[in-house]
Amino acid sequence: MPGIKTAKTGNEAIAEAMRQIDPDVVAAYPITPATEIVQIFSQFVADGKVHTEFVAVESEHSAMSATMGACAAGARAMTATSSQGLALMYEMLYIAAGLRLPIVMPEVNRTLSSPINIHGDHSDTMGARDAGWIQINCENSQELYDSVLQAVRIAEHADVRLPVIVNADGFIISHCMEVIEMLEDGVAKDYVGEYNPDRYLLDIKKPFTLGALDLQDYYFEHKMQEVDAMKRAGRVILEVGKDFGKKFGREYGLYEKYKLDDAEIAILVMGSTAGTAKNVVDELRGGGVKAGLVKLRIYRPFPFKELAGELAHLKALAVLDRADCVNGLGGQMFEETRSALYESEKKPHIINYVYGLGGRDIDVGDIKKVYTTLQEVASTGKVIQRVDYIGLRE
Amino acid sequence: MATDKKMGWKELSGGDVLEAGTAKAFETGDWRTERPIHDKDKCINCLFCWVYCPDSAVIVKDGRVMGIDLVHCKGCGICMTVCPPRAGAIKMVPEKQLK
Repeated sequence: MPGIKTAKTGNEAIAEAMRQIDPDVVAAYPITPATEIVQIFSQFVADGKVHTEFVAVESEHSAMSATMGACAAGARAMTATSSQGLALMYEMLYIAAGLRLPIVMPEVNRTLSSPINIHGDHSDTMGARDAGWIQINCENSQELYDSVLQAVRIAEHADVRLPVIVNADGFIISHCMEVIEMLEDGVAKDYVGEYNPDRYLLDIKKPFTLGALDLQDYYFEHKMQEVDAMKRAGRVILEVGKDFGKKFGREYGLYEKYKLDDAEIAILVMGSTAGTAKNVVDELRGGGVKAGLVKLRIYRPFPFKELAGELAHLKALAVLDRADCVNGLGGQMFEETRSALYESEKKPHIINYVYGLGGRDIDVGDIKKVYTTLQEVASTGKVIQRVDYIGLRE
Repeated sequence: MATDKKMGWKELSGGDVLEAGTAKAFETGDWRTERPIHDKDKCINCLFCWVYCPDSAVIVKDGRVMGIDLVHCKGCGICMTVCPPRAGAIKMVPEKQLK
């Protein structure tokens, strides 16, 4: 089905997706670089283009609380945030997941203070990686738009019922204008469908208690249900991504392989940097280097088994993290990817690069150097530096 | 929902209490260290205690306070505090003295 070609920034693309979803409630508080999302959306509300109840709250803690309250009451509820805003929601994030509220939240990735910095890295959502939220990462505005629509289907799926964060790299995606293909309003509305929760607090025919005290005797069992839902989410994400491809021509998976199957060396990366790295792969391939790339789309649930299968054949792999665990080793994806490959009989040498903290630019030259190092590791079988930092002055 | 057999995670409903009013089945009266003693002769039936009781433990019939539901009363003493001083119909007495 043909869509509408239009030029949109990432923030505009998200706001348009939200307009088409037309949620019952949006509660939000502005924060750079995500402010535009709800600013544009509140204009849609004022212009009567959506039927949404917009709640302007006094903090992100309240934004998430109000969104959760609305969702628990039976509404399709959304919010959007970034960085410190997400950090202020921290307490609520776990509760939203634990109460199994299918909230969809676009999140513009921005570093966490201190030192204060408004630019993009992944430290904000990495801080929420154990909160029980599904996390979808996007390379560009098109993926962002498509993923926000898909997120509704994923979150509300009966086998999942978990909240979803859809990530966009701060400024690089949120403020960069690109041509995207949007669905027609009616088509998008049909795609997300009506929200029919199987239980909600305003259902006076079926009164129930949500969020009751749950001590030593039952908390563990309920937490296990959440753990299990996250495990099952992978299959649902694949189904939704495949169905989206069938309907609209753009298929999505847990990750995207780029010239990987016959590659000897590869980079694993998330977000906008994947686009830059694909150019480098093309250039290297032109020179006969068997270079490849994996762009991780779904960070939560982390596709341990699937990734291990895709990466085992490589000679050397570099994991590029746009955040540092500050645990004395390196980045989050590095640790999890290494863990994923631990049980493989055959596995590549794995090195880690932390890059782009606080919005530090990463360019084609930087990524070429990574592949050069990978070639050295592959040919010598020796890793000289396990964890390194791209573009850092010593 | 008091039950002897505890459910496993596969059979539990997700984190919800699916019946309404289950708090009634839970005895909170045994938390009490002080018991409200209601004096019907002094009581002016203003029903302040009934309004303020956080556990709905003040028993009222036909607009008159009949006594305290000791299965649910936690002994917080709010009823005594809101009882008009000139009536003074509720006194808190340590449970120890009553045993």
